[in-house]
Amino acid sequence: MNNNSITSDVLVVGGGLVGAAIAWGLLDRGLTVTVLDEGDIALRASRGNFGLVWVQSKGDKMHEYARWTRRSADLWPDFAEHLAEETGISPNYEKPGGLHFILSEEEDRRVRAQHQRMHDVNGERGYGAEMLDRQQLDKLVPGLGPEVISGSYCKHDGHANPLLLLHALHKGLGLRGGRYIPDGRVETLERDGDGFRATTSHGSYLGGRIVLAAGHGNKVLGPMLGLDVPIHPEKGEILVTERVAPLLPMPTHVLRQTNEGTIMIGDSHENTGYSTDSVIPVMSGIAQYAIRCFPALRNLRVVRSWGAVRILSTDGFPVYQQSTDFSGAYTINCHSGVTLAAAHAGPLARMIAEGEFEPEITAFSPRRFDHA
Amino acid sequence: MPKRIDPDTETVTFTFEGQIIRARPGDTVASALAASGIRHLRDSAVSGEPRGIFCMMGACFDCLVEVNGQPNRQACMTPVSQDLAVSRQRGGVEVKI
Ligand SMILES: Cc1cc2nc3c(=O)[nH]c(=O)nc-3n(C[C@H](O)[C@H](O)[C@H](O)COP(=O)(O)OP(=O)(O)OC[C@H]3O[C@@H](n4cnc5c(N)ncnc54)[C@H](O)[C@@H]3O)c2cc1C
Ligand code: FES
Repeated sequence: MNNNSITSDVLVVGGGLVGAAIAWGLLDRGLTVTVLDEGDIALRASRGNFGLVWVQSKGDKMHEYARWTRRSADLWPDFAEHLAEETGISPNYEKPGGLHFILSEEEDRRVRAQHQRMHDVNGERGYGAEMLDRQQLDKLVPGLGPEVISGSYCKHDGHANPLLLLHALHKGLGLRGGRYIPDGRVETLERDGDGFRATTSHGSYLGGRIVLAAGHGNKVLGPMLGLDVPIHPEKGEILVTERVAPLLPMPTHVLRQTNEGTIMIGDSHENTGYSTDSVIPVMSGIAQYAIRCFPALRNLRVVRSWGAVRILSTDGFPVYQQSTDFSGAYTINCHSGVTLAAAHAGPLARMIAEGEFEPEITAFSPRRFDHA
Repeated sequence: MPKRIDPDTETVTFTFEGQIIRARPGDTVASALAASGIRHLRDSAVSGEPRGIFCMMGACFDCLVEVNGQPNRQACMTPVSQDLAVSRQRGGVEVKI
């Protein structure tokens, strides 16, 4: 055994929102946990996202995902409070409900049909989104542009500061006695006795179990443990305005006002590999659409912009997998790591600690693609 | 209070909250105010606490002031010019909808 080896009950590879939430949850169950992460410069969706805790539209055509998302949104208030109490860092979670603006008859029809499908399976209360006409919208959000004809409102939607969330989880990890290894990019993974060995450029780490939560890194790491991870990159760009007095009472799918007063505007869906470039045609498209929704934005200055890369599976739903060849190895991938953070830290960490997924969660196995 | 290495080179004047500030050509609003001992440039939009220069290079947005009626300008990125009217940025800007 290598002298550098450190042994823990669980190794978590990746310290983004997914790995950090799971590790924080595992530590609450009395397990020793080591998180291996890359350094400051890394492809890390958790540092570039929009911060919505979003229920509406999630899980159309996969109702286990709709329910899982809703479960996380229900857990979020306690999760946020717990994190803030324990670490002194509040993720600034608010749940005023959320809006999706509709600008065309065609989109109105599409969203109404989606609501119908979701209600058919989960019941109106299970999903919780409703259509609002323009008059109802005007009462909720004054100042909408003339092209907005209707909207979809869901009272379970909310938003948080994703950077503070990540910061709080990392602080909580340390406070709960977890070990965090930065600059610990895992190069190889292998079986070692009953457990696993993860080797980085400066040494190797042993764990009884291993959770691959390395975002796009899972695609390379998974196959080393018999896990096929069908994920691909999709870029999204975000613009941030100067700070202004409270203007938007609730988050929407394209803009939200942070509690510091800035307005975040997003987001694009670009097939540009792992590039995180911001490009002017896309930024101006994002800004123009936001102004059509909410014309007062026209007068604001944009002070920051960036691109980040989503981790998308083939059908957009999560990929959670327990290796059959290597018992005790898991891979966790999802497109909405902010939304699902409460479910990851709570029920998912419990399932991993107990070694068994709830039946509903097995729907997220990539085996679903075998039949496609 | 910061002191200029080469004093008596101030040939430009502008106002801050109505007070006349002397500046060197090439100063930014932030450097001229710092040289005049003025540190409180704005009130935080979140807490109302006083804020002022921090990075002096355009990155932190802590030095926001109102310049000729335009809100949220970075004092450290705004060159001085004769008769600029600068005032404190008080909290978040009200946007008319
Ligand atoms: C533009 C955009 C907007 C988004 N908006 C939202 C939103 O509003 N709401 C929402 O819920 N979600 C949103 N998301 C999605 C959310 O950001 C991601 O689901 C989430 O951040 C994924 O977290 P992760 O930990 O899986 O991945 P990452 O954040 O990418 O973290 C992976 C970690 O693994 C590390 N790693 C990789 N390879 C290795 C290795 N070999 N060894 C060790 N460590 C490794 C990386 O350094 C990194 O720290 C958005 C994403 C984007 C791009
Ligand atoms: S002092 Fe940091 S932006 Fe001006």
